[in-house]
Amino acid sequence: MVKVNGKDLDIAGKTVREFLDEEEYPLSRIVVELNGEILPKAQYDRKFLDGDVVEVVSFVGGG
Amino acid sequence: MYFDNDECKRYARNFALPEIGVRGQRKLKEAWVLVIGAGGLGSTAVMYLAAAGVGVITIVDYDYVEESNFNRQVIHTQVGVNKAKSAEYFVNNLNPHVSVLGVDEKVTPQNILGHIDGFNFIVDCTSGFDSKFLINDACVLYKKPYCHGGATGTQGEIMTYVPGSPCLRCLMREIPFDAPSNEEVGILGPVSGMIGCMQAMEAIKYITGAGELLTGRLVKYDALETRFQTIRFGRDKDCPACGDKPSIKLSIDRYRPKK
Ligand SMILES: [Zn+2]
Repeated sequence: MVKVNGKDLDIAGKTVREFLDEEEYPLSRIVVELNGEILPKAQYDRKFLDGDVVEVVSFVGGG
Repeated sequence: MYFDNDECKRYARNFALPEIGVRGQRKLKEAWVLVIGAGGLGSTAVMYLAAAGVGVITIVDYDYVEESNFNRQVIHTQVGVNKAKSAEYFVNNLNPHVSVLGVDEKVTPQNILGHIDGFNFIVDCTSGFDSKFLINDACVLYKKPYCHGGATGTQGEIMTYVPGSPCLRCLMREIPFDAPSNEEVGILGPVSGMIGCMQAMEAIKYITGAGELLTGRLVKYDALETRFQTIRFGRDKDCPACGDKPSIKLSIDRYRPKK
């Protein structure tokens, strides 16, 4: 299991990019935090491991 | 600095706080805060800054009040009035000890330096990433502390920049021009209210020196889940705004989508 934004998801083995694409996250305005550290975009081909804790944050620009 | 009888009563609860006290209140009274944008974020931020006793508050907004603003822009009561002027009117009624000025103008790459000059702290309450990045870049370039805020749908976010700390571009290099607006996806009043309130708190913390600023931290607020996430981040030495070799220039083209 991988904990994404507080929820357990069965996505171990998937790459970060695959997951983001499936969930239709807008790549231009998100930040991925993996186990407490920001994951550089160049490392989005990394596969999720069992027990990873992930926060995906989308920026909002409204006022 | 002298507090009159009315101020002493009005700020009694601030005086009682060990982190603020008379000392902190004096700093608030001496402070000049610029709020850019008087929409959902700005409405709330301005109200609380004024109530707290910030001495000088300037509000800049070129927009005019419409009916569809009333679900969240709680400072406005009349359609068709310039939002900065409307906020100025409200503050004059709320706290006569504040010198407030509403400026009906659009902040642009050409005039932003004139706007931010002389202020101790800037609160970014604009909508749209083009203006948010413009404020970030100008504040980094001219070493001005500011607080970034955003609210769309049921999500909000906030972070604070002071010279030397990481900036918005450390997290997001390019302006995401494809981001949906509140017109498109909607926005609930308490969401922008929460963030606007926290922005006022950041200004108060910066001015008085109380507590810990939200520097190097982006706080995300999910209103439906009542969930706060804190993303910690460092200064990116390759950041085009605050990095070791900054390349940002305040040119108009930079804040428009590329054709
Ligand atoms: Zn930066």
